[in-house]
Amino acid sequence: MDPAVVIPPQGLDDLIGILDAQGYEVLGVRETDGALELGPVTAAADLPRGRIEAAEAGSVRLVDGPRAAFFDHTLPMQGLKRVVYPAQERLYTTGPDLVAAEEPVEAPPRAILGVRPCDLAALDTLTAVFEGGPFVDTRFRQRREALLLIAVNCMRPAATCFCASMDSGPRAERGFDLAIDELIQAGRHVLVVTAGSARGQEILEQLPGEPAEEADLRAAREGSRACAEAQQRRLDEGVEGLLKRSYDHPHWAAVAERCLSCANCTLVCPTCFCGTVEDRSSLDGAEAERWRRWDSCFTLDFSYLHGGAVRGETASRYRQWITHKLAHWHDQFGRSGCVGCGRCIGWCPVGIDITAEAAALAASEGRSELSGEEI
Amino acid sequence: MADSKIKSMAEILAAHPLFAGLDREITDLLGGCATNVHFADGAYLFKAEEPADTFYLLRGGDVALEVSMPGRGRLTVQTLHPGHVVGASWILPPYRWRFDARAIGSVRVTGVDATCLRSKCDADPRLGYQVMQRFLPVVAERLQSTRLRLLDLYAPPADVGRAL
Amino acid sequence: MTLIAADPATAAAPDTGMLPRPFEVRARRRELADCVTLEMAALDGRPLGFAPGQFTMLYVHGVGEIAISISGNPAEADTLVQTIRAVGAVSRALCELPEGQRLGVRGPLGKAWPVERALGKHLMVVAGGLGLAPTRPVIYWALANRDRLKSLDIVYGTRSPDQILYPQQLLGWSSAEGLRVGITVDRASEDWTGRVGVVTDLVPSMLRDPAETVAMVCGPEIMMRFAAQGLAAAGVPQDDIHLSLERNMKCGIGWCGHCQLGPHLICRDGPVFPYPAVRDLMTVWEL
Repeated sequence: MDPAVVIPPQGLDDLIGILDAQGYEVLGVRETDGALELGPVTAAADLPRGRIEAAEAGSVRLVDGPRAAFFDHTLPMQGLKRVVYPAQERLYTTGPDLVAAEEPVEAPPRAILGVRPCDLAALDTLTAVFEGGPFVDTRFRQRREALLLIAVNCMRPAATCFCASMDSGPRAERGFDLAIDELIQAGRHVLVVTAGSARGQEILEQLPGEPAEEADLRAAREGSRACAEAQQRRLDEGVEGLLKRSYDHPHWAAVAERCLSCANCTLVCPTCFCGTVEDRSSLDGAEAERWRRWDSCFTLDFSYLHGGAVRGETASRYRQWITHKLAHWHDQFGRSGCVGCGRCIGWCPVGIDITAEAAALAASEGRSELSGEEI
Repeated sequence: MADSKIKSMAEILAAHPLFAGLDREITDLLGGCATNVHFADGAYLFKAEEPADTFYLLRGGDVALEVSMPGRGRLTVQTLHPGHVVGASWILPPYRWRFDARAIGSVRVTGVDATCLRSKCDADPRLGYQVMQRFLPVVAERLQSTRLRLLDLYAPPADVGRAL
Repeated sequence: MTLIAADPATAAAPDTGMLPRPFEVRARRRELADCVTLEMAALDGRPLGFAPGQFTMLYVHGVGEIAISISGNPAEADTLVQTIRAVGAVSRALCELPEGQRLGVRGPLGKAWPVERALGKHLMVVAGGLGLAPTRPVIYWALANRDRLKSLDIVYGTRSPDQILYPQQLLGWSSAEGLRVGITVDRASEDWTGRVGVVTDLVPSMLRDPAETVAMVCGPEIMMRFAAQGLAAAGVPQDDIHLSLERNMKCGIGWCGHCQLGPHLICRDGPVFPYPAVRDLMTVWEL
């Protein structure tokens, strides 16, 4: 790999300028209505500089951080999912002749500034779903291939983060065009920029910077290591087997006491891919449009099977979600469906924590031998 | 003469799936309670509420277990076929049939005198236990088949589905 | 975090994943009170070849799309034959499509019955209720390949005599040389002279040589469970028992997540599964 480059903070504006000149729509993390969202950025000033999330189970609040870093926050509410897989899109239009006119794909070149390693991993996970099977979703593929990915390695975790235990962060090893480490040490504020692709290298060469010193590269790696160590949550490796043994665990009923079946977790999850297709007809019935939109396994009609729902109870729907995510995903797509971003924990209105539920299942596998006194 | 009749009856019993593999001693004993019978199409082997004093090992033809319902005629609860046993109510009090058993077509059976067999079983618990071991699976299988039909598996979904 | 590239052969295939092709209803036949068979033909000149056990996504303009198994003869590719029960909005609309009307078809999709496993062996088709429709292509296949099979037997159970699907065909098959058709109904009045009892009771008595038998089972899930149990208990190797499962499908091609049964996406990994792959899953509550 070509050497990394160190640029000053104002180099971000140069970067945005170069991307703009190359015809990219630049999307970055912005503070909107008290939350972080992925949106258009035209200058570094659009970024939530100095702001961080105070995240906990059931709560994500933006507060001032200890320093004026551009990237001390972690994640926007949603990852890249809605960029490559819109929440709803028209697939085709057809008349009664059933000759379907496919909807052209909107896939303008987009540069994403500040993709976190977990979201990069999530993009790979979605790619496995939509491009790895017998049918390739070319609408997804076109949007994905139109992306220029500028990763930011995390220097501080949110309390809900657990990417380190999912092997999906906090440092991006590949899958990006450019990667940024933001270093603030002894009054010196710089960005270490590394290229991960030829396109990235071409951009890197236009940035006003100096070749990175070994000390900066070391500091960057050290920052990632410290960030991994600072993570408070984790999922254990045995979770796949645990869930496959736990279909009939009494704990599902306990989760169902709290779960509202609201589908927030599936909406913020960067890998939840379930969708549905529906018809929208013109009033006279002559034209019909087929729309694909996100769906959620938490809805009752998701599992509708001639006459009724297979998963009638919240307990079985929560079990479906977490078991699919952490266990069956391995069977279906050769990897976990979870990247440890922690969004489902923070954005759950009642604070259900995927790591805590897995731990609760592990703590009691339903059947236990009674000791002498308990008998 | 009597001996040879018992012997051939014992062989017939031993050839039926219900009693296949039983000790020769026992089939000989059972043979003493058994006779071969023919029923013409539509004839009743027995009717509900009659004393259950003979049960049948079905060797040829089919038998319908029926119940008559006002306004619905005769309903077939189950059909029995060669190799099956017709009748289990003889084992336990009050020793009365619960359903009608009617021949469908020409039927060949071996009838076993239940009163005779009951008294032999009472006198010889070892024999009684072996007979029970042969009849319990029959009853269990019919219970399972009844449970499956109770589920009404092929009902139109609209009748049984869980409404959304 | 490596990018997963699709198999080049697949990637090169045209992406018609979600786009239907126009077909036309050529004939419509009422089978049961709530059930019709449609015969359809492709309007783009490309007949839809299929393997027994596969399904299509049928789209009714302005109403929606559902998965329906193919029940026609695999050797007659020009006509797409599917039997549909009117249950929901789309299936009701399908059942009412008049001759000459167009509809959209995607497919064929899904894994087929592994008919090649039956070569040189006894083939037993066990069907319950409308489960005869997805197994009928196997029967057509088997009839065309009789000399390559030791035998073909059909065991069919349904609710009552008036609910017997394809009665004329069953009658015809039952008079075919060497082919046995066992039919049983759950309930009947006295005018029915056939069997009354559950289909699983009929299975053991019709098995010829269990160890040399391949069974294809389709019907309500619980019926399949007990039929498979009975076949296995009688000595049919579990790997030679195949079931066709059903769950809600929205895409039919592995993208929508609706048809999951534990580790399986039924549209992609099924609908036909060997019994051991689904045995323990079928007993899990609300899976």
